[in-house]
Amino acid sequence: MKPRNAVYRAGGLLLPGLPTLLAALTTFVLFMLFLVVQGKPAWQACQLVVQGAFGSAFAWENTLQRAAPLMLAALCVALPARAGLIIIGGEGALVLGGLAAAVTPLWLPGLPVVPLLLCMALSAMVVGGFWIGLNGWMRQKRGLNETIGSLLLSYVAIAIFNQLVEGPLRDPASLNKPSTIPLDDSVMIGPISDAFQVHWGLVVGVIACLLAQVLVRNSVTGFSLQVVGGNVRTARMIGLPVDRLVILTCVLGGACAGLAGMFEVAAVQGSANAAIIAGYGASGILVAFAARQNPLAIIVCAILLGGIEASGSLLQRRLGLPNATTLILEGILFTSLLAWEALTPRIVAWRLRLNERAEQTQGALQHG
Amino acid sequence: MSSIDRRTLLKLVGLIGATAAMPFSLARAADRPLVVGFIYVGARDDFGYNQAHAEAAAIIKTLPNVVVIEEENVPETVAVQKSMEAMIRQDGATLIFPTSFGYFDPHVIKMAERFPDVHFAHCGGLWTEGVHPTNAGSFFGYIDEGQYLNGVVAGFASKTKKLGFIAAKPVPQVLRNINAFTLGARSVDPEITTTVIFTGDWSLPIKEAEAANSLIDQSCDVLTCHVDGPKVIVETAEKRGAMTCGYHADQSALAPNGYLTGAEWNWETPYRAHVATSQAGQPMINFLRGGLKEGFVKTSPYGPLVSDEAKARADAVKAEMLAGGYAIFRGPLKDNQGNEVIAAGTALGQTDVVLESMDYLVEGVRGQI
Amino acid sequence: MADLDLATFFLALLAGAIRVGTPFIFVSLGECLTEKSGRINLGLEGILVSGAMAGYAVAYLSGSAWTGVLAAGGTGLLLGLLHGAICSLPRVNDIAVGIALMVLGTGLAFFLGKNFIQPQAPSLVAIGLGDWSDDERVRSALSINVLFFIGVALAFALHWGLRSTRWGLMLRLVGDHAESARALGYRPVLVRIAATAAGGFLAGIGGAYLSLYYPGSWNEGLSSGQGIMAVALVIFARWQPMRCLWAALLFGAAGAIGPALQSVGISTGYYLFAAAPYALTLAVMFITCRPNQTLSGAPGELSLTR
Repeated sequence: MKPRNAVYRAGGLLLPGLPTLLAALTTFVLFMLFLVVQGKPAWQACQLVVQGAFGSAFAWENTLQRAAPLMLAALCVALPARAGLIIIGGEGALVLGGLAAAVTPLWLPGLPVVPLLLCMALSAMVVGGFWIGLNGWMRQKRGLNETIGSLLLSYVAIAIFNQLVEGPLRDPASLNKPSTIPLDDSVMIGPISDAFQVHWGLVVGVIACLLAQVLVRNSVTGFSLQVVGGNVRTARMIGLPVDRLVILTCVLGGACAGLAGMFEVAAVQGSANAAIIAGYGASGILVAFAARQNPLAIIVCAILLGGIEASGSLLQRRLGLPNATTLILEGILFTSLLAWEALTPRIVAWRLRLNERAEQTQGALQHG
Repeated sequence: MSSIDRRTLLKLVGLIGATAAMPFSLARAADRPLVVGFIYVGARDDFGYNQAHAEAAAIIKTLPNVVVIEEENVPETVAVQKSMEAMIRQDGATLIFPTSFGYFDPHVIKMAERFPDVHFAHCGGLWTEGVHPTNAGSFFGYIDEGQYLNGVVAGFASKTKKLGFIAAKPVPQVLRNINAFTLGARSVDPEITTTVIFTGDWSLPIKEAEAANSLIDQSCDVLTCHVDGPKVIVETAEKRGAMTCGYHADQSALAPNGYLTGAEWNWETPYRAHVATSQAGQPMINFLRGGLKEGFVKTSPYGPLVSDEAKARADAVKAEMLAGGYAIFRGPLKDNQGNEVIAAGTALGQTDVVLESMDYLVEGVRGQI
Repeated sequence: MADLDLATFFLALLAGAIRVGTPFIFVSLGECLTEKSGRINLGLEGILVSGAMAGYAVAYLSGSAWTGVLAAGGTGLLLGLLHGAICSLPRVNDIAVGIALMVLGTGLAFFLGKNFIQPQAPSLVAIGLGDWSDDERVRSALSINVLFFIGVALAFALHWGLRSTRWGLMLRLVGDHAESARALGYRPVLVRIAATAAGGFLAGIGGAYLSLYYPGSWNEGLSSGQGIMAVALVIFARWQPMRCLWAALLFGAAGAIGPALQSVGISTGYYLFAAAPYALTLAVMFITCRPNQTLSGAPGELSLTR
């Protein structure tokens, strides 16, 4: 009887992972099927995806580097989601945050590097936080839907960004690529180490996810947020400052997006220019939903998405597949992740049943 | 994870690692083929900028002892750095053509510093001695010569004396084209004006079509452009019965009636030069420029609406350009605000780098920057 | 600006509004239908792009532009069905599925569309309502695609249908209060799947308009976010088909005004002009929204407004 008991217990522990596993399996089958129907070397393509994403030290660098901004961009969705808001305009906060970081050194000349970097990060977070916070405020004060509001504000942000970068903030020396005045080399954030060519944005992204986890799981604020996200009326009834909490999550989320923009400027581009409008916001939404708004899962999902994007390069070079192949893989993966989510209620039931069985067998053993 | 799992995994990782490293070690062998990487910012077939590059890359593919690898739709972010690095590490590329302007600073520079044995031949940038690494270089073509000839032909063809120019952004390369086109037209008739519309980005089909329609509504009867894919503009103009001058590649098939001529790239020339240098193991050509004479740019064949007079004049100017020393930008030249930008008696040769930081629209252009 | 010819300018603007706005009409009416049933489909952008590709490809292969339009609608229908079906599963968030579908749809379109960028497909022909005029500009402005008239007719039909027909009432009931619909013996899940599929069909046709008429070719940069904007547009239009029509034309005009102004010599701030419709929508929403009160006309079951 004992082994069966262990099986029940193990089953109870593994069950929550079932939807993810099934989603991965579905994705694999559908992706292979699609490529086979297209007459493409499907098995080879799958191998290359793994190889390009995780197959070598360089592949890991490639993957993690791409994952770094996605973690911060995903937090811009996941934190407000705790309070029940769906924000899809992180891109706007990201680009304006990047712009703020890029112009900070102009206003603070002569500051040593470390304080200057901190000021840049701060201004990026303030601007990003303001932009998404505006959504929270508009929703709480005017009832303006935050999903659509954030989308519209994001378009406005990008227009403002372009207008400023190509107008008043343009460095006259930036000829065919209109940019702000470049950062000094000493201010540029380098790789974590020469042997590990990934910039520090990765570390900051992971730390931000960990902090977010502590905030939503282990703090009073996190608990209050859960109440607000669950039922606003209850939250108001027990006297929670609903408006303040909602706006707080928006500000924090926006600050994360702004920080992502700061790293794009200070660790990659060296100045603010249109290249930072690269769709990190949209990828962040995918990551956040795939991670079910759980900050720790965001780390994993961001790495997964980064890996898929990294592998696209190999697929193009080795098999001549279009770069849209990775889009299809992402689309199938995220659709199946969401679809298998439907199993969750059943899984809860199965788990209960398994636990009961385990207890029964345990009881039987003791009695016997 | 069971021990068997772990072992298989380790083996797999080792295997993949070995295959990934193989081309790299092969690349060091003596009689190796030259692996050349091409990176495009957009789709390879856009009837424009990227297609012009991809067509030349296809020619390079046919050269002996050359292996070509390509990636398209690579954004100007860390993605292009990783693509370059992947080409070097995974495929053993030793010559890379990052073809979009925005790749140069900081991406190409950074990679060139990290991989001193690899040559990076960037299209469009302004490589500067002492500032940029010596294994990087930039090449570009004086396509404004083609746009000047476009202007000459357009000047003869236009009945309304109003021309239209659809441009992405007011950056020097674009302004130089707008100005050359206008100067060419005004060399035929100084009454001619060019109205310019900036769409704001390199590829915005609807806005480009709308811009073409607006210009035609304002009775501009010859259009040209500087966007990544001129297809939509040429087609819209053809539908409306307006004439067009092409850009980047030959678009005559899209407008059999109204296509006059076009300014086309001929990237094959600089590509071949770089491939030859790399194959011979010579140092990088850091700064490479050329126009019609050097075979970096070419013009489309004349369309049916081009008069003999126009052909004669354009051919005469072209002959002067082919002979070398033809200066499009000569003083006295005023901008469209009335300020003198080139003093009388000064002629800026095509190779003059001052022209590569042009920041004005010449007299006769309607539009602000 | 001295030689600004106002009549020409406004005519051009009107023509631009119709040209640029027509895909908005289809996509927004489709989204309106979907949202009336209580679902939101953010994946319309993916559907629009797939529709554009499928329409162009089929038109090229069959030689008939109208077959292409139908194929585009069919593609949209299938993708809409997929969205509807997945969202009917328990605990699945429709906004998230929409975003996944957006990625999947564009991915499929770009992958399968590679071979159709170069060939020339037959395009839809316009009706020359201005043929009486000698002025080429008038003729051009009044040469209007049939799809525009179909879109207008559809707006009227939906307006009437949602108000006065049995299925229209049922749809609204499902969208407003699924419980009551269930009590009356209807199956909200099926109604929603059908409404999402129908919405997808219309969005697909919107895509075909882009690839087969204006700007009239297939390439990867064809859409500039019309699919996503349609979602905002429907809210702007307060879920009313007739207002969707006007809003679509307004968005079209906003897209046309930038180039039109530049063509008469006003060329500063074009990025801000481009963002004008978004800012305008936001401003109108800000002014008309009231706290603690859902938007008038909002379907009660819509996840957006709850």
